[in-house]
Amino acid sequence: MSFADSIRAQMPLRRWVMAAIGIGIIAYCALALNWSWLQTPKYQGMILEGVWNTIWILVVTMVLGFILAIPIGFVQAAGPWYLARPAQAFCTVIRGTPLLLQLWLLYYGLGSLFPMYPWIRESDLWPILRQAWPYAVLALTLSVAGYEGEVMRGAFKGVPQGQLEAARAFGMSRWGVFRRIWLPQAVARVLPTIGGETVLQMKSTPLVATITVIDIYAVASRVRQDTFIIYEPLLLLALVYLIIAGVIVALFAWFESRLPKRIA
Amino acid sequence: MADGSALSASLDLLAYSPPGWGANLLRGLGNTVLIALGAYGVGMFLGTLGAFGKLYGGPLMRDLLGLYTTMVRAIPELVLILILYFAVTDLVNQALLAMGYDRIQISGVAAGIMVLGVVQGAYATEVLRGAIQSVPAGQIEAARAMGMSPLLVARRITLPLMLPAAIPGMANLWMIVTKDTALLAVVGFNELVQESRQAAGTTKAFFTFFMAAGVLFLCMSLVSNQIFARIEAWANKGNKRGGI
Amino acid sequence: MKTLTKFAAAVVLSLVAGAASAQQVKVGIAAEAYPPFASPDASGNWEGWEVEFIGAICKAAAMDCVITPVAWDGIIPSLTSGQIDVIMASMSITEERMQAIDFSDKYYNTPTGVAAAKGSGITATPEGLAGKIIGVQGSTIHEVYVQKYFAAGAAEVKVYATQDEANQDLAAGRIDATQADSITLDAFLNSDAGKACCESAGNVADDKEVLGLGVGAGLRKGEEDLKAKINKAIADIRADGTYDAITAKYFTSSIYGD
Repeated sequence: MSFADSIRAQMPLRRWVMAAIGIGIIAYCALALNWSWLQTPKYQGMILEGVWNTIWILVVTMVLGFILAIPIGFVQAAGPWYLARPAQAFCTVIRGTPLLLQLWLLYYGLGSLFPMYPWIRESDLWPILRQAWPYAVLALTLSVAGYEGEVMRGAFKGVPQGQLEAARAFGMSRWGVFRRIWLPQAVARVLPTIGGETVLQMKSTPLVATITVIDIYAVASRVRQDTFIIYEPLLLLALVYLIIAGVIVALFAWFESRLPKRIA
Repeated sequence: MADGSALSASLDLLAYSPPGWGANLLRGLGNTVLIALGAYGVGMFLGTLGAFGKLYGGPLMRDLLGLYTTMVRAIPELVLILILYFAVTDLVNQALLAMGYDRIQISGVAAGIMVLGVVQGAYATEVLRGAIQSVPAGQIEAARAMGMSPLLVARRITLPLMLPAAIPGMANLWMIVTKDTALLAVVGFNELVQESRQAAGTTKAFFTFFMAAGVLFLCMSLVSNQIFARIEAWANKGNKRGGI
Repeated sequence: MKTLTKFAAAVVLSLVAGAASAQQVKVGIAAEAYPPFASPDASGNWEGWEVEFIGAICKAAAMDCVITPVAWDGIIPSLTSGQIDVIMASMSITEERMQAIDFSDKYYNTPTGVAAAKGSGITATPEGLAGKIIGVQGSTIHEVYVQKYFAAGAAEVKVYATQDEANQDLAAGRIDATQADSITLDAFLNSDAGKACCESAGNVADDKEVLGLGVGAGLRKGEEDLKAKINKAIADIRADGTYDAITAKYFTSSIYGD
């Protein structure tokens, strides 16, 4: 199929019309609405900082959460009951309560206990405990660990027993079986879902603004408050998240296309 | 350490009648359930329309629905809530004023139901579409060939056959919507999280009240799980055909 | 489809909400507690000076009022988009806000104070707050003031959705000081939690441009009738002693200001 043909297949008339309407709406938004605040260097700097905070919090919590999810999923799939039960309870609690509440419990709830225990403020950890981002990272990491832990449990269980037995029969150590057979196959099973999970996690990041972390959502609120412009900062916010989501989906699609597809 | 007295002080704060804040929390829980039920209903309705639109609608309809589901699934609920909450009520009122009517006052609960319902609708569209697709086409064709009307086909064939495939996804959506109601705290609705936040702010017992709200949410999710497990067992009745 | 959805939603909403009767006035207060002006009690009722003041105004103006709590952060959009008709939420009359909404006459005016950790020696000046972490409630004149005078020298400015949360972080030691209305701060400093941790660091230097001309009722632009009604009611309850009687219940001295 030639390039022109593929364009024609992808873009029938109605899509051109939709695109034209879309561009029209964007042009209307760009011209008729008030974007003067975007030209202020102060806000430009804040927006960049906010986007950066959103992105690093997303990446760090996804990575840490996934690392935590592996043991949480594994002990539920194959661990002894005294490890499996607590892991299961952890997943139930994380999945059964709103993230916003978890975040507030960690930040304000723990904070309200500080005055009762003065030694906390004298400890070496205080400069970290005093800031907001560690709580944001902790809450979002635990959230990923809870949801992905459940997914990993299924993935570990889904690896065929025969494979594990065969590896044992080859004389592999238990650790070797886990590291070379069990874990890679389980991870391969969940990989296709991670892109979607990352988008879901991105959608949770604005909650950190409620505990004074300055992400892009907090910056948009600030603009809204300073200028009394209501819709424009919200539209910018929606656009920023759409772009981040698009980048995530594209990254994972590219990543997946490079993986061998031999696993049934 | 005075843990015993701290515990009893916490329990006093949670007592049902004033000066305890228990009644406020339960009222918040009631609002949470109300908004969640309403939004779930609206979401199911939009999702059913969306799923049929995506499967049987024209290409334009499918593209528009694709746009709707993509947007909702890529933009944080918190941002959507703010946009829908302010923009939609503003648009409705401006339209009414332009047509010469008075403003309508949209109650907090109604606005919350609408906003979360629109979000749910996008997810429900995908869940229901998948479930409808799981119904073997031959069954529907056979029913049509028997002379059943499309509505009768939907009621007697498509719906019962798609239920087993739809229920796990719908159960998941219910869990999501109950938790999403918490986001309405940010726009000031008196649902459970907001009630516990107000109680916590006034009494300074943040830990106690957020814990209490968490326990209530957990109970709600455990009860919901039980109910959905029953529904699933019921929907799968007569489905034991083995091998499929 | 989306417009169809919106239309359907609008229809459903109009069924649910119904058109408000013409006389009913929705008075928006902040959904976040702001003691001693407005805070929910354990039985879920709102109480405080401003709540009683609203009752007196509505009675004097013979209006059928419904108190509607709205998130402070979104209270101006809620007014302009028509979810509420009046804001009576300790909102100061400032030039900036007047570009978006209209105000009645002022109904109280109190100084702005700073609370700090006990023994910190912080004073409510740019020098006193240099290198400190300052907490402030978002969308308030205090946030504007802190950004204008203290932000440059401060280590960090943290913005909270409610003053309660800022007070809480002051008690927890996460922030060194918080700026707010002096009466609200006093209410916190006189509570058990406040007494244990914190003390007043004095009032900030006045800046009418930022701190405004006192607190007034916020109105949509062009609603002159409602504005006239409220202004007359304020004057009436000040003249007949109702205003002073309410004030005496909560404060030891006048809060009307000069």
